[in-house]
Amino acid sequence: MDIFILILLRDLRLSFRRWNELAMPLLFFIIIASLFPLASSPEISQLRDYGGAVLWVSALLSSLLALDGLFRVDAEDGSMEQLILSPTPLGVIVLAKIIAHWIVSGVPLVIVSPLLALSFYLPLEALPVFILAIALATPILSVLAAIGAALTVSLRGGGALIGLLMLPMMVPVLIFGTWATDAAVQGENPIGALLLLASLAILSISLGPLAAAGAVKVAME
Amino acid sequence: MAFIRHNLVRIVNAISLLNTNFWRWFHQLASPPHVFALAGRVCPWFAGLAIIFLVAGTYGGLVLAPADYLQGDGFRIIYVHVPSAYLGMLAYMVMASSAAIGFIWRMKMAHGLAVSAAPLGAWFTVLALVTGGIWGKPMWGTYWQWADARLMSELMLLFLFLGYMVLRASFDDRDKADRISAILAVVGVINIPIIHYSVEWWSTLHQGPTIAKLDEPSITMDMLMPLLIMIIGFTAFFGWLLCKRLQGEILKRERQTRWVDGLIKGRTA
Repeated sequence: MDIFILILLRDLRLSFRRWNELAMPLLFFIIIASLFPLASSPEISQLRDYGGAVLWVSALLSSLLALDGLFRVDAEDGSMEQLILSPTPLGVIVLAKIIAHWIVSGVPLVIVSPLLALSFYLPLEALPVFILAIALATPILSVLAAIGAALTVSLRGGGALIGLLMLPMMVPVLIFGTWATDAAVQGENPIGALLLLASLAILSISLGPLAAAGAVKVAME
Repeated sequence: MAFIRHNLVRIVNAISLLNTNFWRWFHQLASPPHVFALAGRVCPWFAGLAIIFLVAGTYGGLVLAPADYLQGDGFRIIYVHVPSAYLGMLAYMVMASSAAIGFIWRMKMAHGLAVSAAPLGAWFTVLALVTGGIWGKPMWGTYWQWADARLMSELMLLFLFLGYMVLRASFDDRDKADRISAILAVVGVINIPIIHYSVEWWSTLHQGPTIAKLDEPSITMDMLMPLLIMIIGFTAFFGWLLCKRLQGEILKRERQTRWVDGLIKGRTA
């Protein structure tokens, strides 16, 4: 458990020192979302219709970004080998790294998303559900993207590949997330979609780090 | 008492004999020449089955089965569409389970089987999508219907196949490619039901009632029989191609070895 907290703090400290990488997913999220009104029309009625969808797609895409370095930096400077050699199961270490990554990339998304939602004229009553859904979804996205990063850690141009590998697996998150948002916007009960998101989050957090750890181990051989 | 003990000993002996036989069989699966020969022996059986059932199913589907009262002769594409959709799924299962076996027991031949299954599954999935589109034109009025859950989950399955193949191709080291892509295949297999049901729920939220009516076709026996025959035929066809591809994959992997050298010299001499 000690090493879990140590890795978590170490990764957090490292990412706060590289503020440019820290800001990337968030900026990407905002930029993608602001492209849609430009590509379509800025009318309020239309924005309200597709606003939820735009925010969810932006969250998916931005979660893929900046994950390239999650294992690569450690793999290149040799610290990953030491982590593999440590008596702590690699799955635990990977989980700590994923959580650290979620704190620096997922949490800002959760904080900024209500502002963007308001700019897309989502009704104020729907905001709590939307924030909750994003808060449940971002850990799933972080885990999935981490699996992608682990699979491609020994490839030089791995970044683009992560999207191809992992976006199909992010489809359920997209569906349940927009479902919860739409239900909240239309004043229906969103609890089913939220529960599905929560169970997906539990599933991915409990199994995902194992898959990522296995892939990292193979890649480092 | 002695009688019981005697019988118990016999049973235990039989089990241990079975056990050693099983493990011998299992270990032989790790030997490339053995698997190569095995695939060669199984291949003609699959080929024969495939030809018989495909011809019978095609005749049954195109001639014997009555035209549908609603869709006319247009429904007959079901005899290609449904088996290929089913085989796309089956190919993914074969791919993922043999990749998992290869990963856990470090069996190179299981990885070979997984590699051989991937492009076949991708093509079956493409076939299911294309025939689905052709079928969709008279039924829905468009070739592509985003609201149809089955088309969408087939599309996602195709992406999973393509991702697996691209990931494999990105590695120079075959051993690494084998084991890393195996992890992707297993993650995909856990995700397939989740993707499938999420897409299904999504489509029930969005689609109109017209398509829902077609969801549960009450199919009569003389329409169903050719379909079952076609499914068996397609499966045998898949097995046939899989054996051939596995043999090719083994030759490619073992091209530096003496037994492949001897095999080729024996063929050409």
